[in-house]
Amino acid sequence: MSILVLAEHHDGQLAGATAHVVAAAQQIGGDIDVLVAGENVGAIAEAAAKLDGVSRVRVADAAVYAHQLAEPMGELLAGLADDYSHVLAVASTTGKNVMPRLAALKDVAQLSEIIAVESADTFKRPIYAGNAIATVQSEDALKVVTVRATAFDAVGETGSAGVEAVEAVVDNALSSFVGEELAESDRPELGAAKVVVSGGRGMGSGDNFKLLEGIADKLGAAIGASRAAVDAGFVPNDMQVGQTGKIVAPELYIAVGISGAIQHLAGMKDSKVIVAINKDEEAPIFQVADYGLVGDLFEILPELESKL
Amino acid sequence: MKVLVAVKRVIDYNVKIRVKPDNSDVDLTNVKMAMNPFCEIAVEEAVRLKERGVATEVVAVTVGPKAAQEQLRTALALGADRAIHVQTDERVESLGAAKALAKVVEEEQPELVILGKQAIDSDNNQTGQMLAALTGRAQGTFASAVEVEGDALKVTREIDGGLQTVSLALPAIVTTDLRLNEPRYAKLPDIMKAKKKPLDVKTPEELGVEVASRLKLVRVEPPAERQGGVKVGSVDELVDKLKNEAKVIS
Ligand SMILES: Cc1cc2nc3c(=O)[nH]c(=O)nc-3n(C[C@H](O)[C@H](O)[C@H](O)COP(=O)(O)OP(=O)(O)OC[C@H]3O[C@@H](n4cnc5c(N)ncnc54)[C@H](O)[C@@H]3O)c2cc1C
Ligand SMILES: Cc1cc2nc3c(=O)[nH]c(=O)nc-3n(C[C@H](O)[C@H](O)[C@H](O)COP(=O)(O)OP(=O)(O)OC[C@H]3O[C@@H](n4cnc5c(N)ncnc54)[C@H](O)[C@@H]3O)c2cc1C
Repeated sequence: MSILVLAEHHDGQLAGATAHVVAAAQQIGGDIDVLVAGENVGAIAEAAAKLDGVSRVRVADAAVYAHQLAEPMGELLAGLADDYSHVLAVASTTGKNVMPRLAALKDVAQLSEIIAVESADTFKRPIYAGNAIATVQSEDALKVVTVRATAFDAVGETGSAGVEAVEAVVDNALSSFVGEELAESDRPELGAAKVVVSGGRGMGSGDNFKLLEGIADKLGAAIGASRAAVDAGFVPNDMQVGQTGKIVAPELYIAVGISGAIQHLAGMKDSKVIVAINKDEEAPIFQVADYGLVGDLFEILPELESKL
Repeated sequence: MKVLVAVKRVIDYNVKIRVKPDNSDVDLTNVKMAMNPFCEIAVEEAVRLKERGVATEVVAVTVGPKAAQEQLRTALALGADRAIHVQTDERVESLGAAKALAKVVEEEQPELVILGKQAIDSDNNQTGQMLAALTGRAQGTFASAVEVEGDALKVTREIDGGLQTVSLALPAIVTTDLRLNEPRYAKLPDIMKAKKKPLDVKTPEELGVEVASRLKLVRVEPPAERQGGVKVGSVDELVDKLKNEAKVIS
């Protein structure tokens, strides 16, 4: 067996999630190559070469891959896939955008967002917002898989794989990049943070999220939100945790003014310790919380910040 | 321009599902079914394009069992002009759905196809991307804004770090994210009128596609249950527990 892992990267840096996907690849077993596709990605390829278990890094460095648009990426991967039994990627918005395109070009099914490897062709994945776990077997010769990074521990960075260029360059007449608006933050990335503090509709306004910032600063935490808080315009969409937002599994998750809808729980219930702060003692969030504190968040948050 | 919208019949999003005792699947007997929420957003977007004079015709399509006609009627009540039902009792997975939809695209030649970004049962998030690959079209996934600009389509996409805007050559495929729009409710007179709108039934055999599942569902089990925890009486007690019992802060 041989496995190709698509490297995730942003702003010239290899994303930490890639090391988790390599760990999933190790559980499948076989030779592991990493593909780094983008423009001016030399430094990213070098970082990928350090990941334990990687035998070779393949680099597709060309302007057409600059924003990892699905159309050229799908074609690039389809051109390389015949050498592999599995192609894996992070279940990020990039992986979710590109991998089904590859699967359809190769006429194979895709396995989305696996959380466990049972064998080389059998995997576990959550369905129905995580309310059931399906064990699924693929009989296709090529397995196209996206991986929930938080379900696998990252591999180390003591390797020294060789780096090789992929010469073939594809065309793209279908799509072009216009622009992007990326949130800037000094805080850790939501998906990778050890502590996450999230606010819901109960926060009442975007300004009130400042109450969470002091606590997040003290705990080195990322800040998240429920969909209701995003829809109300309190915070931007990339902070949404849940079935249709980010999936997080930190050591500590603090849910403030969040009721605990199943779609929200789907994104955070694998956290090691969950704290809920809510004025309604019947709120469903308390059913999954290790520690619940019933009360008004506007009184509790300043006190909590001062006592940390 | 003609717009095709794919809608899927799924479990109502408020229902908490149960796994069958024999672990063969989830139990959907007597469970309330509805249109997938992301598909409601897809229908709404298509209808708004028509109201703005951009779209000339909105065609709704589903791949699924007889009962899925309910969701097509809902789409018609919301403003679609006609519907196509690719009827099958197979367990259709994303690739099969995409293949059937690709045939419908070939027949109907829509300028734009709008799908939901994911179905809330399988949470696959694949069908739109697969359809784009099969038809050789550009894809604008997880859209939070869509604008037709001549023979191109400007799509704003919700990505992990924020928002990305791309320009796609038409014809193109779009999948909807939650914030694209807020779907309307169907009014009673429209529900009545929808009953008279045309609904064409086809089979995968007639379309010449194989929709049967290629993935074997080995087992379905409930997720590990979290043990319900304790309520603490004060902030001091909370901080103490986090430090000394859970040991997650120092
Ligand atoms: C297809 C679909 C996908 C979805 N995906 C997601 C998703 O990915 N993520 C997500 O989060 N949601 C998602 N949702 C929405 C979800 O169903 C809920 O609507 C949402 O999570 C509710 O957010 P909330 O808990 O902040 O708001 P509410 O349910 O309104 O809860 C607010 C809570 O704040 C408490 N509160 C109010 N004031 C105070 C106070 N002063 N002090 C303390 N507590 C207070 C209240 O008691 C209440 O429990 C999705 C829905 C659908 C249909
Ligand atoms: C392992 C596994 C287990 C399954 N278990 C069950 C089960 O227990 N019960 C069950 O009923 N089904 C089951 N299925 C089938 C599954 O629920 C979906 O029907 C299938 O995966 C189709 O893709 P999707 O809905 O995930 O597409 P997604 O890619 O998540 O859907 C995106 C969008 O594509 C469009 N779309 C998708 N399917 C259709 C369609 N049929 N018609 C029109 N538009 C569509 C919609 O616009 C939708 O919003 C299973 C599938 C797999 C792979």
